[in-house]
Amino acid sequence: MTPLLQVEGLSKSYGAHLGCKDVNFTLWPGEVMGIVGESGSGKSTLLNCLAGHLAPDAGRVILDTRDKGPRDTVAMSEAERRWLARTDWAFVHQNPRDGLRMNVSAGGNVGERLMAVGARHYGDIRAQASDWLARVEIDAARVDDRPRAFSGGMQQRLQIARNLVTGPRLVFMDEPTGGLDVSVQARLLDLLRGLVRRLGLSAVIVTHDLAVVRLLADRLMVMKDGHVVEDGLTDQVLDDPQHAYTQLLVSSVLQA
Amino acid sequence: MSDYNFAYLDEATKRMLRRAILKAVAIPGYQVPFSSREMPMPYGWGTGGVQVTAACLVPEDTLKVIDQGADDTTNAVSIRKFFARVAGVATTEATAEASIIQTRHRIPETPLSEGQILVFQVPIPEPLRFLEPRETETRTMHALEDYGLMQVRLYEDIARHGEIARAYAYPVRVQGRYVMDPSPIPKFDNPKLNMSPALQLFGAGRECRIYALPPFTHVESLDFEDYPFQPSKAADQACAICEAADSYLDEVITDDTGGRMFVCSDTDYCAARVAARQGDAA
Repeated sequence: MTPLLQVEGLSKSYGAHLGCKDVNFTLWPGEVMGIVGESGSGKSTLLNCLAGHLAPDAGRVILDTRDKGPRDTVAMSEAERRWLARTDWAFVHQNPRDGLRMNVSAGGNVGERLMAVGARHYGDIRAQASDWLARVEIDAARVDDRPRAFSGGMQQRLQIARNLVTGPRLVFMDEPTGGLDVSVQARLLDLLRGLVRRLGLSAVIVTHDLAVVRLLADRLMVMKDGHVVEDGLTDQVLDDPQHAYTQLLVSSVLQA
Repeated sequence: MSDYNFAYLDEATKRMLRRAILKAVAIPGYQVPFSSREMPMPYGWGTGGVQVTAACLVPEDTLKVIDQGADDTTNAVSIRKFFARVAGVATTEATAEASIIQTRHRIPETPLSEGQILVFQVPIPEPLRFLEPRETETRTMHALEDYGLMQVRLYEDIARHGEIARAYAYPVRVQGRYVMDPSPIPKFDNPKLNMSPALQLFGAGRECRIYALPPFTHVESLDFEDYPFQPSKAADQACAICEAADSYLDEVITDDTGGRMFVCSDTDYCAARVAARQGDAA
């Protein structure tokens, strides 16, 4: 089997300030990788480099593309990366306002990726949009409402529907449950876990919430000051942390 | 003639404009930046169109200027007078006799012929402007043919109004490549852009952009398979003066008790039809 994503020696710095340094990992099809760490540890920098939003200073990100086999996305042309971004990749932002078009209806938001890859039949686009709204538990009657009329949890679910409609294989999530209250978080996690398992998605999830990775991630990477300090199976890392920082992180969680 | 250089602009400026026009013709639908000059008229009055016309004019040309289809409105009259004074070229109101036609908001009803040049005045050349505010991003989107967003706008129209509600400046795709704003012409005129034998030039003075449709260019109005493009007009009536049913009409309020009439917006077309009818009668 070919790994879906293979990251080799990925580094990114902002001038003298370090983003992330020499990150290596392999993501296999159907696997969910969690990245945890405190604010400023380079998690989001790493994710943005993987998703092609930022150009890394060094390293390779080799993606097993659908038609051409393993290719380095860093060396690809911008046009190819954008094509991947609206077909094979999905990116769920922490703040749904960053990932949604707030002045476009829910149906238009979900349909955008379909239209970007060439769908030109209004009825079909609308039917698919309604179908996806139902899958993320949004009432299909709200297909023409704008996202600003939605609650925070609904906006986040709409963002997920909008990303998954073209059947991506690799989902990047940046704090998908940040800013939501705990009961809404729980429902969203439930939904995400269902979707990821049912669709066989591979995902890279960045979060500082250990409960999220416990539920969703198969494997875990712990970052501190731009470096990966520990990685392994989720339960193994969380239950038997080896690195001092991971021990601190795990022991910092309040037990309710 | 006057004390101005021929057609007002100096020769170096006209050369700069002609280079931009040649590039625009070579890449149909692509917006070519140019260094727009101050013209002796306010922005929004056709400074872009005037510069393009000035760059194209030769002494043998016959110029026609229309504004909303009419030859006799302020904008049309002042631009026509301007070129009559600074270039000394012949002017006309007859579409068929003109070699260069500068227009605002309309394409003449009389079909254009080979060798004619139609110059459009364009307020906002970027079709993606109100969808994506960043100029760097809209340029990238054009470069990468990333036009999903344009389709989203049409989708939103159907979702909200039951049809594509855009009535003017209806976006078109040129030769299957660039999405282009055809300037604020009514969508009724969009089919005239397609495979036109005339050269069509678009000048946006404030935005410093020139773009073009060479003769016989394929121009397709964007739509959905199940909601095809309709080149409709508001009034389903015939012109009250010349009885033309196939032309674009203006609504004219005639009194303050609700009286109104619909007349051709293309005054030359209307007058020619009336003259032909009187000729038949005589």
